[in-house]
Amino acid sequence: MSIAAQRRSAPLVLISSALVAVWIVVAAFPFLWTLWGSFKVQGDFFSKADWMNALWGTRTIVETGGPFTGAGYEGAWVEQAFWKAALNTGIVVIFTVIISLTLGTLGGYALARSGNRYAFWILMLALVFRAMPHITLVSGYLLPFFEWNLWGHLPTAIIVLVAINQPFTLWMLHSFFLNIPKDLDESAMVDGCTRFQAFRHVIVPVMWPGVITTGLFSFLLAYNDFTVTALLLNQDNQTMIPKIASFLGSTQVEGKVMYAVAAVVSATAPLFVLILFFQRQIVSGLTAGAVKG
Amino acid sequence: MPHRTFFWFILPSALAMLLFIALPIVSVVIQSLYVDHDQVLVVSENCGPFGCTQSTSVDAAATAKLSEAAPLGRFNGLGTYLNRAHLATAEIAQAWRTSGGMAGFLSQVMSLPFYKALSFTVAYTAIVTPLVILFGLAVALGVNGLPRMLKGPTIFVSLLPMIVTPLIGSLILYWMIDADGILGKALQWIFADPALSLKASPTLTWLTLFIYGIWHSTPFAFVVFYAGLQTVPEDTLEAAMIDGASRWERIRYVVVPYMSPLLVFVALIQLMDNFRVFEPIVGFSAQANATSLSYAIYSDLRGDNAQYASAATTSVLTVLGVAILLTPVLIRTWRDFNRKRA
Repeated sequence: MSIAAQRRSAPLVLISSALVAVWIVVAAFPFLWTLWGSFKVQGDFFSKADWMNALWGTRTIVETGGPFTGAGYEGAWVEQAFWKAALNTGIVVIFTVIISLTLGTLGGYALARSGNRYAFWILMLALVFRAMPHITLVSGYLLPFFEWNLWGHLPTAIIVLVAINQPFTLWMLHSFFLNIPKDLDESAMVDGCTRFQAFRHVIVPVMWPGVITTGLFSFLLAYNDFTVTALLLNQDNQTMIPKIASFLGSTQVEGKVMYAVAAVVSATAPLFVLILFFQRQIVSGLTAGAVKG
Repeated sequence: MPHRTFFWFILPSALAMLLFIALPIVSVVIQSLYVDHDQVLVVSENCGPFGCTQSTSVDAAATAKLSEAAPLGRFNGLGTYLNRAHLATAEIAQAWRTSGGMAGFLSQVMSLPFYKALSFTVAYTAIVTPLVILFGLAVALGVNGLPRMLKGPTIFVSLLPMIVTPLIGSLILYWMIDADGILGKALQWIFADPALSLKASPTLTWLTLFIYGIWHSTPFAFVVFYAGLQTVPEDTLEAAMIDGASRWERIRYVVVPYMSPLLVFVALIQLMDNFRVFEPIVGFSAQANATSLSYAIYSDLRGDNAQYASAATTSVLTVLGVAILLTPVLIRTWRDFNRKRA
């Protein structure tokens, strides 16, 4: 925007800056507070006496001798075997992302290049599928999966997450492929490539920005999922988010709630790193659907 | 692209969606028409010195055999839809007859589990969606006016509530509003009421969940609107200024109309996502005061004796709700599509 359009009166600048400042505090403070509190004992994080105790760690010093303690992390990762859940999450997330991107690029490319009416209908159908609450789908899976002995295994959860992810992946990659000029692959086909060869040798090398952005969102969906993993995986294959939910059953016992706090902070850390490195892609991804839609 | 090529390209993706999204919906519809088998009862007669007594017991082996032969259970038609846990037609008719006024009738209806869940889900969707759009737009306008240097870090911080797992986000807030947590303590101090607890009353629980929803979704609306603001043409803004439009008028009559496709997009995504509100209820342990349709299905499915029929019935009703929600959008898109082709 030009300088003239941007000039604003002092009170307005003040109000809008104040609004942004308030928003930043509202958005960030809960995370900072929980991160800080995860190194305290329960008596400080949920202080009956004085909330300032959480800052200085009064009870923590009394109970452990230092102002910080890693007891919550030790309890969660070692005693409650959170590492195993983290490992399971890693497996689920990696395979979900790879498989959904493979299926999604093929499908999204076809949808972007086909001018037929049914391509539009497939996109509309995908939109309807996108709107289905995941839990309704899960309630459809459970009985058949029990019958066929598919319940509880990691591959089952991965395939289901891939499928749930497809509508969104298709939409997003479809809009990315629309931005790649048609001439590119068509000239390759004039030179004698088949459609698949044109895709493989001409489109694949230039599609990575779109694929990486879509992959980020597939990652988030798989990583953040609670509905599917909580109901479709058995105890051994549990991933992080259901594991954290299962800690909550035992929060009444002194100290156990700090395991959950430590686990929550541990599970948030990768997301934090993700935004740190991929902020630009996340923002462009959120808007890609909007600009086209 | 020839139909044949298109078919092979789309096949893997379409197959995945067909098998794990379309078929489960069919499966849910079928399951909702069946109920669990009745337990097989055997009557045995024990004769002792003081005469014979009859006792009834469950024949576990026969029951297991029955459910193995027909795992779906026995056909029940629409029975599950009409029972007390779902549409509760009999109870509603009863309430209509007995209760005096509208208020009494409504309070009786609201105590039925399905209507309780439905009313929270609809209220959540109807309240959170517009507020998210409003706050998102306000923050986007504010950030747009910031010096360039501050924009990056602000966006970074803003993304946090959205990116974080909903269950984790709600847990973090839940611990803070605990009566011994920092926000809980602060509220007790502000209202000078040491017994104040956000978890106790239904109204406050609803309010907490709404606030969580706004906190979680505002970043999404903010980012979309912020990106949209970067593309508002300067010429039009300057022309409006020369014509004497105030800043507010410029926002109202230039910026907002220009961003109306974005508004529709955010509203659509928010409607879909808010209607399936589920994780916050688990995170806030709010099920006593607020349940959503998704939560009702979850609580049916969980545990040792899962009630598949009941869960399936709620699922079908939820899918119908989603369909009602989406119809206007689909009709609109259909019209646009036809106009574009014409």
